Amino acid sequence: MSDDMPSRIRRAYRWTAARYGADPLHLLALLACFALTGYAATRVVAAGIWVGFVVWFVGAAIVHDLLLYPLYAVSDVTAQRRPWRRRRRPSGHPARPSSINYLRVPAALSGLLLLIWFPLILGLAGDTYHRSTGLDTSPYLGRWLLVTGVLFAGSAIAYAIRLRRHRVVARPRLHARAPRSPRSSPSG
Amino acid sequence: MFGLVLLAGIPIIAITGMLSYAAYDPRVPDNDTTPERGWLGFYLFDWPTYPASLYRVTQGVHVVLGLTLTAVLLAKLWSVIPRLFIWPPARSAAQAVERVSLLLLVGGAVFEFVTGILNIQLFYVFPFSFYPAHLYGAWIFLAAFAVHVAVKLPKMVRSLRSRSIRRELRTGLDATRPEPPDPDGLAPLSPAEPTMSRRGVLAFVGGASLLTFGLSVGQTMDGPLRRTALLAPHGRDYGAGPNDFQVNKAASAMGVRLAETGPGWRLELAGARQAILSRADLLALPLHTYVLPIACVEGWSAEQSWTGVRLADLARLAGIMPGTAYAVVESLQRGGAFGQASLSAGQMSDPRSLLALRVNGADLSLDHGFPARIIVPNAPGVHNTKWVRRISFHPTAR
Repeated sequence: MSDDMPSRIRRAYRWTAARYGADPLHLLALLACFALTGYAATRVVAAGIWVGFVVWFVGAAIVHDLLLYPLYAVSDVTAQRRPWRRRRRPSGHPARPSSINYLRVPAALSGLLLLIWFPLILGLAGDTYHRSTGLDTSPYLGRWLLVTGVLFAGSAIAYAIRLRRHRVVARPRLHARAPRSPRSSPSG
Repeated sequence: MFGLVLLAGIPIIAITGMLSYAAYDPRVPDNDTTPERGWLGFYLFDWPTYPASLYRVTQGVHVVLGLTLTAVLLAKLWSVIPRLFIWPPARSAAQAVERVSLLLLVGGAVFEFVTGILNIQLFYVFPFSFYPAHLYGAWIFLAAFAVHVAVKLPKMVRSLRSRSIRRELRTGLDATRPEPPDPDGLAPLSPAEPTMSRRGVLAFVGGASLLTFGLSVGQTMDGPLRRTALLAPHGRDYGAGPNDFQVNKAASAMGVRLAETGPGWRLELAGARQAILSRADLLALPLHTYVLPIACVEGWSAEQSWTGVRLADLARLAGIMPGTAYAVVESLQRGGAFGQASLSAGQMSDPRSLLALRVNGADLSLDHGFPARIIVPNAPGVHNTKWVRRISFHPTAR
């Protein structure tokens, strides 16, 4: 019974799966993907653009993974460790709400807009832009700065509101337990 | 979560992109920008003239949705990047093969977004023509995307089910706990104190998408909303006059001189018989007015009221029965792409397809194609040839 066709196939399937490390269908799907990629690659070669294409294709992954990502990850870590940040208050006292997201969010949004629109903002395509539209790219830097300014201002206002609310809540407790807290601070 | 959004969005971008390729009518002679496409253009069909705003919508969606999802793509890549540095890089043959496909997936995604985003800003720094690179790159990306979805879909469903979205939306920073260690090694082993709740991350990325969307979607609109496109290449305000709308390819840049568009200008028709017409001759023919959009592959669009002679009437003047011939339209422009474009027999016989002489009640301005330009419903902008000097008719093989 154990040597009939279906069970032999099943055994071969299991053997392949064990050797390969996943369901053989996984391999089949990936081979189909590589086949289509290979065919598209022949079209790229036929178009006579393969060198630039490969450089930009692989370069796109490298620039994102090894340049862009480390860049924003390191700036985020640096911002969180701000050397200019005040020392933590002694434990037991309610700390001020963290300001990191009020810095992080507008900076990231502004950075995203710059990442997408840097040719316009920095005027890098000014010549082709003028040939096409009859206009120049000069307004874009100002517009980006304006949006950036609005984002940071909005964030600062949100943080101020947050701080005020925090003080209102924290004040009674501060009175009771934290004589070192600044009594003269304006707290509405 | 970001995966789910991309799973919904990328097929829309892919389909609208493929439609844009079909919109160029590459099967009509001289229109194909990628003649070596082989089987990758298997889906081509005659591009319709109804509805007139179809291309305006599909290409607007393609470009604006692509811009909108840039933030989601970056967030998705951010959330999985620990996998890049995992050691050993593969524990089995299956993992090794899959990692190769991930290079195609990530490289392809970034390649498609970057070439698209640079192209709409007319920043042609890439060492290749945009059309073949963006098309073939799309196929490579989509192949890897389809396999990635097939492999990861069960995992995505499981991880989405592992948390209640409603509860997460009610969970603030104080109650946010780090992800428990997972078999994929995505969750950090010694996580720092959380600085942002999960709902905060969603709002952050969603807000970034919304911001990009809000600052660019205006370039697909008419009227005062167009001014909201603060960061979009073609959302600019030209003024309030009849000819004050988006220009693509200024006359001066295309080498079109005022003298050759003056009284000496003639339109040449070449079909079963020849005809030479001055602008006054054209104005004496029956004129028709239609409100039609111009929609560009770069995503922007604008609707205007065009007045001119039906292309079908010009075909009859050249001794051609409308619907039996495609046409090659040649421009006065020197250099630049699309100085010549072919229109299908179907496009030539639509009654709203015009050789426009006037726009919004005024003569065309030089930048908009004076003395005469093509306007065909639902055709991509570059096929609406400006400064037309010659239309030749060629019987279709069918």
